[in-house]
Amino acid sequence: MKWVRRAAIIFLLAVALACVFAERLAPADYAHQFRDIPDAPASAAHWLGTDDLGRDRFSRVLHGTRISLLLAPAAALIASFLAAVVGGTAGFVGGALERAVMSGTDLFLSLPWFFLLITVRALMPLNVSPITSVIITFALLGCLGWAAAARVVCADARSLKNSDFALQARASGSSGYRLLRHHLLPNLRPVLYAQFWISIPVFILTEANLGILGLGVSEPLPSWGSLLRELEGYSSVTSNAWQFAPLLLFISVVSCFHLVVLDRELPA
Amino acid sequence: MRQLAKHVAIILVTVLLGGLLGATLIRFAPGYGVDEQELDARLSAGSIEALRRASAPDENLFLFYGHYLKRMVHGDLGTSRTLQRPIAQLLRERLPDTMKSVGLGALLGWALGLALAIPVAMSRAWLVDALASVMAGILLCIPVAVLALLFVLTRAPARLVIALIVFPKVFRYARNLLVRSAALPHVLTARAKGLSHAGVFVWHVLPLAGAQLLALAGVSVSLAFGASIPVEVVCDLPGIGQLAWKAALGRDLYLLINLTMMVAVVTLAANSASDLLGGAFGRSEA
Amino acid sequence: MSKRWFASLFVMVLTLGSATAQSGTELRFCLWSEPKTFNPLLVQDDSSETVRYLTGGVLVRLNRQTQQLEPELATAWKTSRDGRTITFALRQNVKFSDGTAFSAEDVAHTIQQMMDPNLHSPTGDSFRSGEGKVETKVLWADKIAIFFPAPIAGLDKLFDQVAIMSAKSPKKERAVLGPYYVAEYKAGSHLNLERNPNYWKHDSSGHQLPYIDSVRLDIQQNRDIEILRLLRGEIHLVNSLNAEYFDKVIAEKPALVHDAGPSMDSEQIWFNQVASAPLPAYKKAWFGSTNFRRAISESINREDLSRVVFRGHARPATGPVSPGNQFWFNTRLQPHPFDQKAAMKRLEQDGFRVQNGALRDKDGNAVEFSVVTNAGNKYRERMATMIQQDLAGIGIKLHVVTLDFPSLIERIARTFNYEACLLGAVNIGLDPSEQMNIWLSSAENHQWNPGQKAPETAWEAEIDRLMRAQASELNEKKRKEYFDRVQEIAWEQEPFIYLVNRNALSAISTSVQNAHPVVLRPQVFWNIDRLSLGSEVAQK
Repeated sequence: MKWVRRAAIIFLLAVALACVFAERLAPADYAHQFRDIPDAPASAAHWLGTDDLGRDRFSRVLHGTRISLLLAPAAALIASFLAAVVGGTAGFVGGALERAVMSGTDLFLSLPWFFLLITVRALMPLNVSPITSVIITFALLGCLGWAAAARVVCADARSLKNSDFALQARASGSSGYRLLRHHLLPNLRPVLYAQFWISIPVFILTEANLGILGLGVSEPLPSWGSLLRELEGYSSVTSNAWQFAPLLLFISVVSCFHLVVLDRELPA
Repeated sequence: MRQLAKHVAIILVTVLLGGLLGATLIRFAPGYGVDEQELDARLSAGSIEALRRASAPDENLFLFYGHYLKRMVHGDLGTSRTLQRPIAQLLRERLPDTMKSVGLGALLGWALGLALAIPVAMSRAWLVDALASVMAGILLCIPVAVLALLFVLTRAPARLVIALIVFPKVFRYARNLLVRSAALPHVLTARAKGLSHAGVFVWHVLPLAGAQLLALAGVSVSLAFGASIPVEVVCDLPGIGQLAWKAALGRDLYLLINLTMMVAVVTLAANSASDLLGGAFGRSEA
Repeated sequence: MSKRWFASLFVMVLTLGSATAQSGTELRFCLWSEPKTFNPLLVQDDSSETVRYLTGGVLVRLNRQTQQLEPELATAWKTSRDGRTITFALRQNVKFSDGTAFSAEDVAHTIQQMMDPNLHSPTGDSFRSGEGKVETKVLWADKIAIFFPAPIAGLDKLFDQVAIMSAKSPKKERAVLGPYYVAEYKAGSHLNLERNPNYWKHDSSGHQLPYIDSVRLDIQQNRDIEILRLLRGEIHLVNSLNAEYFDKVIAEKPALVHDAGPSMDSEQIWFNQVASAPLPAYKKAWFGSTNFRRAISESINREDLSRVVFRGHARPATGPVSPGNQFWFNTRLQPHPFDQKAAMKRLEQDGFRVQNGALRDKDGNAVEFSVVTNAGNKYRERMATMIQQDLAGIGIKLHVVTLDFPSLIERIARTFNYEACLLGAVNIGLDPSEQMNIWLSSAENHQWNPGQKAPETAWEAEIDRLMRAQASELNEKKRKEYFDRVQEIAWEQEPFIYLVNRNALSAISTSVQNAHPVVLRPQVFWNIDRLSLGSEVAQK
C-alpha cells in the first residue's frame, strides 16, 4: 500500500512540475495553429499530436492542467465549506432552523440556475480576459455546488449530536465549543471529503459545458474541460486515439490525488 | 400524522416559492422574449413585431404568477410556446419515461454503490477499495456526453447511463460514512469481542450511518434528475430532461415554471421522506 | 376435401397479403426537430418545410437542378407588364388527397388566407410589396388572376413556396395536392407519410408517381445517432451533412456521400454600426470606417478557414450571393485575398499604427474587440479562433465569446450591446428580392445597423435605391445589373465580411435510385416523386 501511495506522490509531483514549467517544456505555444497539420497523430515534434486547428496537444494539456488543477480544487473547497457551514449549523442547532434551512436547500436544488449563469454572463463585459472569465466560472460553480452535500452533512451533524460519545462528552463537562472542535467537526470530515473529491472532476467537466453560456474558459486558453470536449461526438471518437491522452491524464491525476491526499485523513 | 401534515405544508409553500423564484430567474435572464425566428429575413416588420409580442407577455411578474396559479388550480397548466402544445399533455407523455429512467438509474446506482462500499468498509480490503475508488473516479471523469455516446454506439440501453452517473457519488459518500462508523471505538470493541462482520454491520455500523445514508438517498433523486438532462439530450430520449433543455434554450416561461415546480415537488418529497424515516431511525436508536 | 380446399385458400390469401405488404416501399430519414406546424402558410422551421415540400402541391416549382421554373398545378402563367398581376391556367381533373376536386377557388382561398394580415404568414410576407389589399379573381374554373397593390419582381418564383390548400375539404390543410399526405404523426417520435392516391403526376410510361409508397420521418435531434443509423442502413438519406460527418461516412462507406459544391449558405462577420449602441465612441469610429472593415477582411485567411475548419468542403466567399446561384452571382467579383500588408496600409490611412506588437488607433487606444457567436456550433467557434490568430498578426486582440442563441439575439437585435458578430445566413430562394429585408437600411434584419429612419451613409442610400429599383423592374437583365451593383458595393464597403460558402454535403443509400443531390434545399429529395427504392420500378 505504501508503494502505491509513493508512486502516486511521484506522479502528482511530476505533473505539478510539468505545469509549473509548462512554458519551458511545451514544444510550442498552446495557441499557435500549425494549419498545415490539423488532427495530426503523435510525432517527434508534437508528442500528443495536434488538435482540429493544428495546435500542439501536449502544450495544451500542460497549460490546461495548470488552470484546471488550480481552480477546480479551489471551487471544491468553497462548495465543501458552504456545505459544512449550512448543513453543520442546521444539524447542530436543529428544530425550526433546521427545517427552514433544509427546505431552503431543497429549493436551491430545484431552481433553474442555468438562468442565473446567463444573467451573470450578461453582467460581465464581453471583452473580459479568458483567465478572469474562468476564475469567475469556478467561483460560481463553488457557490452553487454545495446543496446536495449540505443535506447529508446536516443529517450527519444531527446524528452525531445525539450519538453516545457526544452525550458522554457532554456529561463529562465538555463545553459546547470543545465538543464541536474535538468531537463533532472531525467526524464531519468523511462527508466533506466525499463532497470535495466528487466536486473536483464534476466542476472540471461542468466548466467546459458552461462554454455554451459564454462562461468558462474562452479561446484560445485550454482547460481540461475544453480538451475533453474534443471527445464528444461520434465523428471524433474513433478518429484519433491521441485525443484520449487528456482523459487518461485527467483520470490518473484525480485517482492519484485521491490516493495521496484524501484517504490519509480518514481513519484507516 | 401531524408531522406528516406539517411536512406537506412545508412542501407546498416551498414549491410555490420555487415557482415564483424560478419565474423571476427566467424573466430577468437575458434572451427572455426573444425568438430565433426574428432573424428570418423573409419576415416583414409587422410579423417580427407580432413574434416579439407573442414571446414576451407584458405583465408584471407577480400578476403573471398569480394568474398562472389561478389557472393551475383549475387544472390548466398553460401552453408551451416553443412546442405549441398544452403542457399537461407534454408532461403526461414524457414523465413516465423519465420517471422510469430516473428510478432505474438511482436504484442501480445505489445498488452498485452500496455493493462496493459495504465490503470496503467492513473488510477494509485495501485492493477492493482502491479498485472501486478508481472505477468511481473514472466514471466521474468521463464527460456524460462521451459516456452516453458509448452506450449509443454499443446499443446499450441509454437510461443506464444515469446509474453510472449516480454510482460514483453514492459510493464515495457511503464509503466514507461507513468507514468512519466502522472505526468508532465502540464498534471496534464489538468487533474485538468476536461479533461477525454482518453482525457488526447490522447492529453497530448501520444505525450510526443510517440517517445520513437516507439523506443521501433523498438527494440522489435530484442527482438522477439532473443527470437525466444531458443523458436524454445526448441519447435522444423523449423525456422531461430533454424537454427542460429545450424549454431553457427557448425561454419557454410556462413550461419552465411547471418543470421547476415539478422538480421541487420531487426533490422535496424525496427529502422529506428521507427526513421522516431518518427521524424514526434516530428515535428508535435513542 | 372441402376442408383442404379452404386451408389452401387460406394459405393463398396469406401469401398474397404478405406479398402486397412486401411491395410497399418505404423511404426513411430523419427530421432534426419536431415540425412546428402543418399549416403550409405558417411554415418557418426546417422540419415543417420538409413536410410541406413532401405534401404540398404548388402552382409552379423551381427545378432544384436546373434552377428554372417548371409548371406543376399551373400549366401556364403570365405576369403583366406592370408586374402587379399574375394569371395562372390550372391543370384540370386534379384532386386533393381526400378526393375533393381542385379548382381556381382553392387557389383564391389559399392566397386570401396567406395575405391575411393577422395570420403573419412568413410565406405571405414575401408577397407584401406595398400598402393595399391583394385581390384574386377566378376567371374560369381553371383560370385565376391575382392582383398585387405594387409590382413584385420575380413574382412567379415566389409561388414555389405556396402550397395550395383546399377551400372546401373538411380536412382543411390535411387535404393536399403533393405526392404524399400525413397519415400519422406521433409527437416526439415520427411521422408517416403515405402516397397520395390522387397525385396527378405520371412518368413518361404513364405510371402514377411517386414510386415510393411511404415516407417515414423519424424525429432525431442527435446528429451522431442519425449518422450511425445511416451507416447501419436504418435510414436512407441525410439531407445535409457537416464536413466531419462527411469524412466519417466517406471513410466507412464512400459510395454514400455527395458533395454538390458551394451551397447558398454563407458565414459572415459584421461590426456593430448602430449609432446608439452602448460602445465607446472610438470603437464606433473604427467600426464605421470602411478602411478598418476592409483591413480586417484582408487580414482573414479564408483559404485556411475552408481548408482547416471545413476540411476543404467550403469555398472562400465573395459576397451575399453564392457562386452556386447560377444566375444572380456577380462573376466579376473575387473573394478578398489574404493580404495583411495591404491591410496595414489601409489602417495607416486611418491613423492606426503598431506599437510594441499591438495595433493602436490615432488616439492611442489599443485595438481590441470581441466577436460573439452562437455556442454549440463547432464550426463557428473554430472559425472565430482562427480569425483570432489571423488578427493577432496585425496586432489586434480579439476575444471570442460564445452565447446561447436567445442571449445572442437579444444583443444583436435589441440591446445592440456587442462589437462584432459571427453568424451564418441561410438563403432558401435564389431571387435577390428575398434579401430585401437584409439590404434595405430601414429593415429589421439589416443587421449591422437595423431600422434606420433614413440611410445613414451614402452607400447604404445607394443600396436602398438599387434594391428598390430591382424590385420594381421586370426585365431580368436589368435586375441583374442593379443587383450586381449591390454586390459590388457590399464588396467595397463590407458591412458583412463574408468568410466562406459551405458546400452542400449529403448522403444517400445506394438503394435509392434517381437521386441527384443539388445545392438548393431540399438537397437530396427535391425530386421525391421520382426517387425509387431498389427494384420496385422494374416491378411496376
